[in-house]
Amino acid sequence: MSAQAGVELKRTALNAVHKAAGAKMVEFGGWEMPVEYAGITQEHLAVRTAAGLFDVSHMGEIEVSGSHALQFLQHITCNDASRLKDSQAQYSALMYPQGSAVDDCVVHRLAPDHYFICVNAANTDKDFDWMVRNNPFGADLHNVSGDYSQLAIQGPRAAEIVARVTSHNHSDLKYYWFRRARCCDVDGMLARTGYTGEDGFEFYFPPPESERVWNELLEAGKDHGLVPVGLGARNTLRLEAAYALYGHELDDETTLLEANLGWIVKLDKGDFLGRDVLAKQHQQGTRKKLAGFEMTERGIARDGYPAWIGGQAVGKVTSGSPAPFLKKNIGLAYLPPEQVEVGREIQIEIRGNLAAARIVPLPFYKRKKA
Amino acid sequence: MAYPQEFLYTKDHEWIRVDESIGTIGITDYAQKELGDIVFVELPKPGEHLTVGEAFGTVESVKAVSEIYSPVSGEVTAANTQLQNTPELLNTDPHGEAWLVRVQLTDRRETEKLMTFDEYEAYIKQAKAH
Repeated sequence: MSAQAGVELKRTALNAVHKAAGAKMVEFGGWEMPVEYAGITQEHLAVRTAAGLFDVSHMGEIEVSGSHALQFLQHITCNDASRLKDSQAQYSALMYPQGSAVDDCVVHRLAPDHYFICVNAANTDKDFDWMVRNNPFGADLHNVSGDYSQLAIQGPRAAEIVARVTSHNHSDLKYYWFRRARCCDVDGMLARTGYTGEDGFEFYFPPPESERVWNELLEAGKDHGLVPVGLGARNTLRLEAAYALYGHELDDETTLLEANLGWIVKLDKGDFLGRDVLAKQHQQGTRKKLAGFEMTERGIARDGYPAWIGGQAVGKVTSGSPAPFLKKNIGLAYLPPEQVEVGREIQIEIRGNLAAARIVPLPFYKRKKA
Repeated sequence: MAYPQEFLYTKDHEWIRVDESIGTIGITDYAQKELGDIVFVELPKPGEHLTVGEAFGTVESVKAVSEIYSPVSGEVTAANTQLQNTPELLNTDPHGEAWLVRVQLTDRRETEKLMTFDEYEAYIKQAKAH
């Protein structure tokens, strides 16, 4: 995807730092972002075996507050925000009435009447518009994306590195919880979240300090194998972990159940946008189902390639790539639900030729818990 | 990495070295850097015919698929089969060990339209400025 002519790309506060480090820059969701520094394979392996530092400041942040904040979130998202406690986060989705996602997001509860939502960069404006237009409750909505830089530090050594730049040891912070924290002498919000399939943290803080925080973290992690990681490895890491990427596994036509995200759909929480469609699909089944596959013949599946079963094109690859840690060529594809069975042989059409693949269990990669 | 003076170059970042009527074709250092970690190479077999300006093979990095265009017309006399198992050679030695194919040229005059070393250096300098 290329930027529209005449439209200036947005830049994070670290743009010049990435360029000075020799990063290859690309357009992503309207932003100029680093796709790789030393190379995608190397960066990917660093996150699996040591640690990686990501500038994800392009991600959007929206605050929801006021006495009707929870009521609004229960209406517009599919997960049950009422189950959150203060300082707890939840993976969820902003919903369309047709059961598909406007976006997937992470909802953080700051207080019973105050939530902080992290959304995808390319969708931020669309999400905020949708929220404003579906707010009969009068919740206070603020797009605060410009107020935050966001860095992700991910990998088995992430906690040790964070301990070196904070006065408090945050290894006690539980998965999908967050707290106010001072890192590299900057006050921000530290969350035990990520998008790589590894242990790690995401730190939200005011942009002016970005360069210093970035450099201090890299310095603190130098002896732990910490390296800067671009969006290229961010994508291969999330694919190995089988995390959905909006625009690939998720779009305005695909329901959450089809995308294997039934675990964030809480039909029993009361009414919400898209609930009727999802409840019906829950009863009667879906039109398609997301499946993971690995190539058993030479060839790399790529986004958009047709998937074949029994001599017929029956679906489409949504994400396909070499998996640098697993050393296989893997992918996700939508297939007819009745055909999705682990072990089934399928074929991927690669530039006019069919190459064999096999349906495998998801996720492709699961870290061993320490 | 230095660009060999005796090679000729295309705008799509292929190179060709011509000895008598045999041409050896590869991709340039600039091309491999743009692609990143190369993980897959698909090449024609000996006996297949290449047409100037048309795609004859594919190089894939972790992130992207890129077609390779032939700088000349001719018949493939050899394909570098070691790239099937060690595609990463294209990242480390694109102007040498990682040549792609050898062809028997149909018409040597086709090479007159290609860029010389000097012209290619100026061309990529301009490409980098954008």
